[in-house]
Amino acid sequence: MHEMTLVAGILEIAGERAREAGAARINTVTVEIGRLAGVELSALAFCFETARLGTLAAGAELAVRELPGRGRCPACGAETEIDFYAALCPACGGCLEVVGGRELRVASIDVD
Amino acid sequence: MCDTCGCNQPPDAVTYRKPGGHDHPHRHGDLEHAHPHEHPHDHGHPHDHDHQHDHDHPHDHDHGGARRLAVEQDILRRNDLTAERNRGWFEGRGVLALNLVSSPGSGKTSLLERTIRDLRDEIPLAVIEGDQQTLNDAERIAAAGAPVLQINTGFGCHLDADMVRRALAELEVPAGGVLLIENVGNLVCPALFDLGEHAKVVIISVTEGDDKPQKYPAMFAAASLCVINKTDLLPHVDFDVEACKDAARRVNPALAFVELSATRGEGLDGWYRWLRGRRAAAAR
Repeated sequence: MHEMTLVAGILEIAGERAREAGAARINTVTVEIGRLAGVELSALAFCFETARLGTLAAGAELAVRELPGRGRCPACGAETEIDFYAALCPACGGCLEVVGGRELRVASIDVD
Repeated sequence: MCDTCGCNQPPDAVTYRKPGGHDHPHRHGDLEHAHPHEHPHDHGHPHDHDHQHDHDHPHDHDHGGARRLAVEQDILRRNDLTAERNRGWFEGRGVLALNLVSSPGSGKTSLLERTIRDLRDEIPLAVIEGDQQTLNDAERIAAAGAPVLQINTGFGCHLDADMVRRALAELEVPAGGVLLIENVGNLVCPALFDLGEHAKVVIISVTEGDDKPQKYPAMFAAASLCVINKTDLLPHVDFDVEACKDAARRVNPALAFVELSATRGEGLDGWYRWLRGRRAAAAR
């Protein structure tokens, strides 16, 4: 249940940015979460609902942009989209190295 | 970010104790006072303030309207920054720091006890114990003969970099030694939180399923070494060592393995060889 920790980080980053810009409130927080980042999106949404109260994002929507996992084959160099860690190269059958999909980022906020 | 997760507990719900030590409110007082110099670092955001100044312009132009502000910040940035500070702390003292992760009951504490008893005359060792509750593991480590600090996370499911930073203020970690950080027993959450360690060591015991690497791939992907423990029980359980290794290698082709029994002592040479090798590399 590390999602609450992530939500606390999201709200802190969003709040800082909004205050910097002198915004009155945050309407949307857009985050980018890689499919291999180990985040349960329903738990993230659930935690956000609760944790946002009393912050500039009290009425904000959490918009999640899921980023695909990407694997590169060390043997043949092929890159392919993957949705789990232990994926095999479709070209040569080698074990893919994960090169994308672990992202955990606040991309932008929409404010008034 | 709070120290913990999933619980909304206040930061002082996390306690830092030594076996036979004082009550923790006193320790918290110590921690606060021990680091007056930390604050300048926390306030050191001249870079951020420059941004703030720059952004005043769009603010003036867009005043009153709905707008989108680019952020592009890593959610774990605070943890990752603190982890980098811990890394610098270890580097400055030539300390090898290892983050031991596993499910509960894999034998992490038994492996540490055995390691301390076997190596304490050769390598200075110190231990940080992470558990939700109790001082039990710290007492076992102290009895084995190493300095130890127990972090109780309350309801928290993992250690984070700031907990380790606070623990380092309390624990005597010998220069050139090895710091063994026993994380909260959990194969999921600790994978995400860099503590500043040199390497994660994932421990799996043969009484678990040999498909654990497939079920919890993030942890096996993040680890450098996989210890397969309780090998003395192999005749009695349905655990295929090679199948487990194959599953783990598919997640992490660079993963190294050691098979051992911490209680019987079989295979410990491989673990000690790996430890000495990493320590020599960290001291350079």
